[in-house]
Amino acid sequence: MSDTLAPTLPGGATPSSTEPVFYVAGEHHPKNGTLLGFWVYLMSDCLIFACLFATYGVLGRNYAAGPSGADLFDLPLVAANTTLLLLSSITYGFAMLEMRNQRVGMVQLWLAITGILGLGFLSLEIYEFTHMIAEGAGPQRSAFLSSFFTLVGTHGLHVTFGIIWLVTLMAQVRHHGLIAENRRRLMCLSLFWHFLDLIWIGVFTFVYLMGVLP
Amino acid sequence: MTDQTDLTQLIFGRLTLESIPYHEPILVVTFIVVAIGGILVLGGITYFGKWGYLWREWFTSIDHKRIGIMYIILGIIMLLRGFSDAIMMRAQQAIAFGDSAGYLPPHHYDQIFTAHGVIMIFFVAMPLVTGLMNYIVPLQIGARDVAFPFLNNFSFWMTASGVVLVMLSLFIGEFARTGWLAYPPLSGIAHSPDVGVDYYIWALQIAGVGTLLSGVNLLVTIVKMRAPGMTMMRMPIFTWTALCTNVLIVAAFPVLTAVLALLTMDRYVGTNFFTADFGGNAMMYVNLIWIWGHPEVYILILPAFGVFSEVVATFCRKRLFGYASMVYATVVITVLSYLVWLHHFFTMGSGASVNSFFGITTMIISIPTGAKIFNWLFTMYRGRIRFEVPMLWTMGFMVTFVIGGMTGVLLAVPPADFVLHNSLFLIAHFHNVIIGGVLFGLMAGITYWFPKAFGYKLDPFWGKCSFWFWLVGFYIAFMPLYALGLMGVTRRVNHFDDASLQIWFQVAAFGAFLIALGIASFLIQLVVSYRRRESLRDFTGDPWDGRTLEWSTSSPPPNYNFAFTPRIHDQDAWWQMKQHGYQRPQQGFIPIHMPKNTWAGIVLAGISLVMGFALIWHMWPLAILSFVSLIVVAIVHTFNYKRDYYVPAEDVVQTEAARTRLLEQHV
Repeated sequence: MSDTLAPTLPGGATPSSTEPVFYVAGEHHPKNGTLLGFWVYLMSDCLIFACLFATYGVLGRNYAAGPSGADLFDLPLVAANTTLLLLSSITYGFAMLEMRNQRVGMVQLWLAITGILGLGFLSLEIYEFTHMIAEGAGPQRSAFLSSFFTLVGTHGLHVTFGIIWLVTLMAQVRHHGLIAENRRRLMCLSLFWHFLDLIWIGVFTFVYLMGVLP
Repeated sequence: MTDQTDLTQLIFGRLTLESIPYHEPILVVTFIVVAIGGILVLGGITYFGKWGYLWREWFTSIDHKRIGIMYIILGIIMLLRGFSDAIMMRAQQAIAFGDSAGYLPPHHYDQIFTAHGVIMIFFVAMPLVTGLMNYIVPLQIGARDVAFPFLNNFSFWMTASGVVLVMLSLFIGEFARTGWLAYPPLSGIAHSPDVGVDYYIWALQIAGVGTLLSGVNLLVTIVKMRAPGMTMMRMPIFTWTALCTNVLIVAAFPVLTAVLALLTMDRYVGTNFFTADFGGNAMMYVNLIWIWGHPEVYILILPAFGVFSEVVATFCRKRLFGYASMVYATVVITVLSYLVWLHHFFTMGSGASVNSFFGITTMIISIPTGAKIFNWLFTMYRGRIRFEVPMLWTMGFMVTFVIGGMTGVLLAVPPADFVLHNSLFLIAHFHNVIIGGVLFGLMAGITYWFPKAFGYKLDPFWGKCSFWFWLVGFYIAFMPLYALGLMGVTRRVNHFDDASLQIWFQVAAFGAFLIALGIASFLIQLVVSYRRRESLRDFTGDPWDGRTLEWSTSSPPPNYNFAFTPRIHDQDAWWQMKQHGYQRPQQGFIPIHMPKNTWAGIVLAGISLVMGFALIWHMWPLAILSFVSLIVVAIVHTFNYKRDYYVPAEDVVQTEAARTRLLEQHV
């Protein structure tokens, strides 16, 4: 940003020292707002989760004479699930570090590992869901299960979109390399991915851990 | 035979020929009128060969000014639709007494009051507010476009898709019969099994994506793209109110998205969020939707406050009184708007303590609002007031809004609310603030900035007609409703037995007729001004002797807005420039970096529209197909890396030289 006062106006007139200058003579580029914009979007997404958490908070013990969290949740499975997702955050971090070193191959490798961990997380979640539905504990059974499936499912949906985005970005990095646009996009996905991790910690604590309490 | 039926059902879902309401004469006539109008417009465009022009210059445009104008056109068209609903309701209530059933059966009447509310808030007020912000904010902060030009185009088309869905419900199937917020359990699948609520849900979800993204966009624009020297406390008040409104949009619309998604789950999957059994809780919906709904009210009114602040300062030829207090009042209202939602349902039974808390926070909001009113009055005090049309709207607002504000404080008292809840008193109150505040503000803003956008002023005679018809019509239409509400008449009633009430409704209907004349005057004003445009022409770019940066450009501004980015030293930037005898730079022009047009916005929104329609009618294969193509097209769009270009310096030189000649000839 050319923030110094121009000594002469393009018209040739010399401004007196007290006269303010009313325009920027050269090229002026405003700051890029993508990261702020994406951050703001993430916070709005966070509010969607806040609503789903609140709904779970209100309805989460309305079992309607059906199964409760203590009956349904398989904590070892959830622990494995959580491990996969948290690991995927670390591997994404490695990808970002390699991006800083401009090593395209390593970036792609870590991104691929992140994607595979994400897929593992999703498969375990789908297994858990189908298992519960097969037991007759589907989302229609009670308000507790409605809010459980919606909250956890919305998170899973986000992970799914994250993986689609990740694959798209890998193709774009392959195509164009680590150019500024792609670095910015990787940065946005990084925010998104870590955000999903954060949400999952909330889900793990409030839904699963507290759910198995009597 | 069965195979045939199965296949038809797979493709068309619930849609059958029976869904077309050809047995309802009112709708058939409407359809014929709309069809003839549509054929005339489309035929005209084809005849004059304007499709290419429209596509290149408007539909795919990422110019914030073009998009702003398209938002405003959309809002005005939908105002006509929303107002037809209003006048139909007024006519029904004026005649449906005793033996007369009126002309609208309850089934139809209920759709009309729902559609009226939904359309007026989502598809009239929101597009008009967003359109004004889109057009004005970048000009006021000295920027060349918004932060995310493609998203801006996409947001507009998503809003337009929502509009198309609502309009389709008129002729294919039906609209919701639940009231504008679609409370369950009435809006649940058990009580509303038809497509009405689904139209409601998908129209709002699709338009809501647009609103949210435009909120993010304008928020980032204001934070990041202000011209050098424009600190926060030097931003024009309209930009301040736009900033607060967009913060509210970003913080409130996700809640609407979430709660409508939960209702969708209840209706499509059979979950039990808001059902009466299996542990569901309908009040959860009411709480959530008002956590969005109350901030929404301020999303609409804050930009109107911004317009009035600009108009008062300009037409009193004075610096705005109490700039800092105006900013703080706006911010305080922004925060407080989140702490009052429960006053919409005091009768839920939360208990005295909770109700008192929300009653008191509600009353507290009137303090910053009152501060604003005093600021405007003190700006007028000893000012050189010019009674141009925008100033008339502003003064009409100040009187009307204060009355509406006072009935609002009255409703904020929980015991009084228990009596007046759900009555016509409430209807009168919120029309009092929405018409007297939002609508008057939008009319003031449109009249004020029209010359900036089109290069000629609006004809003042028809503007004054419009103002007086609206003002008088408003009082005649809604004061009787206050009286009726105090007598205990509830809202959304299709037929009355007590004949002594009829005269009040007839007076109200006459008021609605006057408002119709006000709208007609506005439309006539547009036509008359266009025909007289040569005598109303604004050559200077500054027809009102304005104070803020948008008046430093030509009318209409060039697509790059400013040949050189302005440098700001004062809150009334343009006024200060004029005081210092500012000379436009005549040379040294350089190429200007600008974003390129894109087809992606309109295509993505079109696919969303198809997907919404398919989901409403349970056409599952089409829904899946359109969902997949939505994602594919979005991904394809991200592969486009060439999104900008440079306006060559010669073009800038030519444009600026043309303006110099124009100024020399006429000033």
